[in-house]
Amino acid sequence: MIHTKDLSKSYNGTTVLNVEELSIPKGQSFGLVGNNGAGKTTYFSLLLDLIKPSTGNITSNSIVVDESEDWKPFTSSFIDESFLIGYLTPEEYFYFIGDLRGQNKADVDALTSKFEDFFNGEIIGKKKYLRDLSKGNQKKAGIVAALIGNPEVIILDEPFANLDPTTQIRLKQILKDLAEKQGVTILVSSHDLMHVTDVCERIVVLEKGNVIKDLETNPATLKELEAHFASSTMANQEEE
Amino acid sequence: MIKHFINLEWKQYFRSSYWQKSLGLNILLVFFALYFIVIFLGLGFGLLPILKKLFPEQDPFVVANGFLFFWIMVDLMMRFFLQKLPVMSVKPLLTLPIKRSTVVNYVLGKSALSFFNFLPLFAIIPFSIMLIADGYAASQILTWMFTMIIIVLIINFFNFIIEAFSAEKELSFLPLIVVVGTLYGLDYFNVLPIKSAIGDALLAISNNPILVLIPLGVLALCYWYNFKLLRDKLFLDSSLKSKVTEVKAADLSWTRHFGDIAPFMQLDLKLIWRNKRTKSSVFIMVIGLVYGLFFYPQPMYRDMVWLFPFIGIFVTGIFLINFGQFIPAWDSGYYKMLMSQNIKYEQYLRSKFVLMILSVGIMFVLSIPYVYFGWKILIAHFAAAIYNIGVNSHVILFGGSFNRKKIDLNQRAAFNYQGTGAVQWIIGLPLMLLPMGIFAIINWLFGFETGIAVLILMGIAGIVLHKKLMKLITKRYLDSKYKMIDAFSQDS
Repeated sequence: MIHTKDLSKSYNGTTVLNVEELSIPKGQSFGLVGNNGAGKTTYFSLLLDLIKPSTGNITSNSIVVDESEDWKPFTSSFIDESFLIGYLTPEEYFYFIGDLRGQNKADVDALTSKFEDFFNGEIIGKKKYLRDLSKGNQKKAGIVAALIGNPEVIILDEPFANLDPTTQIRLKQILKDLAEKQGVTILVSSHDLMHVTDVCERIVVLEKGNVIKDLETNPATLKELEAHFASSTMANQEEE
Repeated sequence: MIKHFINLEWKQYFRSSYWQKSLGLNILLVFFALYFIVIFLGLGFGLLPILKKLFPEQDPFVVANGFLFFWIMVDLMMRFFLQKLPVMSVKPLLTLPIKRSTVVNYVLGKSALSFFNFLPLFAIIPFSIMLIADGYAASQILTWMFTMIIIVLIINFFNFIIEAFSAEKELSFLPLIVVVGTLYGLDYFNVLPIKSAIGDALLAISNNPILVLIPLGVLALCYWYNFKLLRDKLFLDSSLKSKVTEVKAADLSWTRHFGDIAPFMQLDLKLIWRNKRTKSSVFIMVIGLVYGLFFYPQPMYRDMVWLFPFIGIFVTGIFLINFGQFIPAWDSGYYKMLMSQNIKYEQYLRSKFVLMILSVGIMFVLSIPYVYFGWKILIAHFAAAIYNIGVNSHVILFGGSFNRKKIDLNQRAAFNYQGTGAVQWIIGLPLMLLPMGIFAIINWLFGFETGIAVLILMGIAGIVLHKKLMKLITKRYLDSKYKMIDAFSQDS
């Protein structure tokens, strides 16, 4: 589905991302972990053609993302709060996104009604602008908006941050269902190793822009990841 | 403590990207400041001779004091719209071990150093010098001068009290209008002769320096009240937290007539109506509409036919210019989302285009009453409207692709230069001066009708070429896509 080849991005001579080859098959739930500055958001931004790659490219469904815009109809994403339009209410925002994705109000209502649990009664019908919602509720609205219009690829940057524990558990269930039952390719990044191992079939560890681990999730994965990140702090301490 | 505060202030000012990025803008602001200083200096030195000439049989010092009432009113109004108490910047200080009262004193003390308080000095001091030179008793005038400075500070703090109350109201101008209106009304209907009372009071003080304690007392009272207001408000949950407003949704289903650009048009209309910065462009439309009234009623301008298209462009295109110059920066807050969404750039731009054209049409219809001043004006406005639709709309869209400055929609608009760059100034030239120049030359060479015809033809040419031009403009936007995303995601 998504194929990355010789991709690199550098700013003023500093390389922040360098991925030789990475293929994500259709319907896979894919997790990206790494410390701050590892290049997770950079990779997602490249995937959405928000920044231009220095070398190489990403193809999504055999469309080169920085050459054609045809990947947009089947790709949706929520990277950060700047994806929200602050002066709209959540409903208006959902309808707007729906309009862009060829869904009428009834379609959007049908979809959002499935997330009543997830919204916990704090999003719909509150007559509040998105800019006035709390960070967590903004995130909820943004994530659900990314599910509108039956996308085939969903990209979520740090979806678990700022959410309360109940919502985190619900979100994990939603993401699992999407990948398993509907064959949606899901790309998630997170700092929280436990969440990623729960949700993703495959986990890639980025460090300073390089892929250093590529794991199929199994019961031992969490231990392995924890060991890896613990050792890298030790290595850092030794260096210092 | 004060040392830290001043240090912070200094860094805030010089490290703001605002200062570093837009040197040109700062030069302009300095220029404005100098301009006002010169005007006030002129007033200070010129007032005495002027008063002597206008009121030869009266004491100019008494006359000047009689006018103080109006000055106080105007000063109060100016400050209300332009001066804000800089409360937000202390938010990070609240969790630090600093006494709440110290922070409040600092904020209030800082406001006393505002430019608005120094500006009147440029008039008060020269006027005092002139008076002393004219033979008035130095002790009397110096007391007067001192009292005036106190009054300036009283206005300064009184304004913040008004603002504190207006912040809670839906109609934020109301408290100001009530205060100014009541004072003026009391005076006008001779209920309370405030005008002469203020004059007399100042004369009394200057003759009897001990009375200066009264304005000092008023100042202390204003300060104390501000202190109380601020101290009670200085919690994260009350005033420092931005207000939550309830949504009043309007029915925008009529935009469906515009087909595939409807979602964007609805978005733009909500954008305009729900944000402080954009809302003001609606009010500016009203100002633009009456702009012609500054010129047409005066016989002097009635014969300056070459000026008509310029006024026409302005009257019919005020919204186009005001809104259009910041495309696509209006959407800068969520530009990343738009760029990763399933949209066609051309649709997005066309929605803005249609909105601007509609505004030109509406403004032209509203400006039809100008025909009262002569049919030539109506024709000139019509030609200007066509020119706006055909040429200016495309020019301004094209200029927008050079916009690299983010706009924070929640900032108030008056004297807000955020998002303004060189582009806005450069684009203004072809927009207004070019059609005026073309018309003026042709009007001079071949006459009025030919000049109008040329403007209309240029406009029609633009309308005919609309599809082609939009393609060019869209390409230009696509080419600068990455640069815009990068620029808009930086905080200014």
